[in-house]
Amino acid sequence: MRTVVALLVCLTLASCTTGADGSDQETLTVLAAASLTESFTELEQEFEADLGSVDVRLAFDSSATLAQQVIEGAPADVLATADERTMRTAVDADVVDGSPEIFATNELVLVVPAENPAGIEQFTDLDDPDVDYVACAESAPCGAAARTLLEANRIGSEPKSLEVDVKAVLSKVALDEADAGLVYATDAVAAGDRVKAISVPQSDTAVNRYPIAVPTGSGHPELAEEWIELVLSDRGQALLGDNGFGSPG
Amino acid sequence: MNRSESATLGRAPLRLLIPAGLALVLLLAPLTALVSRAPWASLPERLVAPEVLDALRLSILTATVASVLCLLLGLPLAWLLARVEFRGASLVRALVAVPLVLPPVVAGVALLAAFGRNGVLGGPLRDCCGVSIPFTTAAVVLAQTFVALPFVVISIEGALRAIDRQYDDVAAVLGADRWTIFRRVSVPIALPGIMAGLVLGWARALGEFGATITFAGNYPGTTQTMPLAVYTALQADPDAAVVLSLILLVVSIAVLALLRERWLGGAR
Repeated sequence: MRTVVALLVCLTLASCTTGADGSDQETLTVLAAASLTESFTELEQEFEADLGSVDVRLAFDSSATLAQQVIEGAPADVLATADERTMRTAVDADVVDGSPEIFATNELVLVVPAENPAGIEQFTDLDDPDVDYVACAESAPCGAAARTLLEANRIGSEPKSLEVDVKAVLSKVALDEADAGLVYATDAVAAGDRVKAISVPQSDTAVNRYPIAVPTGSGHPELAEEWIELVLSDRGQALLGDNGFGSPG
Repeated sequence: MNRSESATLGRAPLRLLIPAGLALVLLLAPLTALVSRAPWASLPERLVAPEVLDALRLSILTATVASVLCLLLGLPLAWLLARVEFRGASLVRALVAVPLVLPPVVAGVALLAAFGRNGVLGGPLRDCCGVSIPFTTAAVVLAQTFVALPFVVISIEGALRAIDRQYDDVAAVLGADRWTIFRRVSVPIALPGIMAGLVLGWARALGEFGATITFAGNYPGTTQTMPLAVYTALQADPDAAVVLSLILLVVSIAVLALLRERWLGGAR
């Protein structure tokens, strides 16, 4: 038993030493909203290929959680949230530098299961009493946007369920338990052919704008600025566009 | 503690007292913190907010219906396990216990597979009768019954087994058939145990979260029970989540008080 423990300790130390050997390699910690998972993972590869000696560590969570983590001093070099409200909590707490830049937008779309059992053609079909649709709870950004669009389009029927996050809405539709659901355009892209997306009239009145900023506690502010430059570059914007995001310009 | 016993055995050893104390702290610290976080000033108005009353009414209604279902279905199953010897009885007993150890989210996914719109049973039901279970209050009751039934069956089975079989034999000698024995002998004697099992099942149903949110959805008034309301409130208004949690804490303590005789009392 003792030998096993000793062996484990040696192995751990050994791996630490190799890690320290490559000390010229810098680590950039990026905290990003869950909806950025696909896009930022692709950008990570480009960034590491461009700069060689950089290791990007990505952490995805809900924007409110990430902002809270930065406020409480979690190590972070870049913070990217899915709405301005959550970024403002970090700005108000004086934990990010300067003014955050908007790098992407996201709009709601209506998704239906691949087989579209209720035969939904357009957004106003939600008013049909036989159509069971789901949306986010209003406490979530996607729920507030859904409420705005349902009212703007004078949809009188209520959702069958108010899910706590957008991925739960998506799964109810992808599993064909609901006839339709209101999710972000990026979620519809990520779900591939499990769902069909239908555009929502006036969706431009309820747009989520994604801000990005460098926390004051960052150990690599220059590197963090380079990451933000990549995100804002034509290459970064094209990649975000492929994943369903709108451009802020 | 018995005084003469501690005199002969000596003091309780520290190496047991310290972990025991830590266990108490671990159990009580979060609950104390919850109470201390409560927004006492705004508590009265928050308690009568329509969302809170909706969720409370729905929770009590669904947990009660689920408990009645557990009694109607669970008591016969418990009797079968306790009183009838048949091949595979131990297998049945093991299967009944599975939902006890199953993560509730898994229970929700399983319920969707069975009773969802395209489920093994839910699909044909929808085709023949146009009935769809998810997103209805019935789905909440189904989820709660699924998770509470094992508690009820296992505790009632224990209560029935604790009865001396001679009562059954005597009743049979006196000419009673098995239905009469069940009705006039077994159930009356086991009644306190049956009630305790039901209260336990009711509490389990009241606390059900994972299977409900996965299978039944989350809509105020139809499927948003107290635990779902706590989770939803936590996203936007943590104070509201604390208030809702306090209500559930009070209900849990009330349930313990109901069961006190059985669990904490000396009478066994």
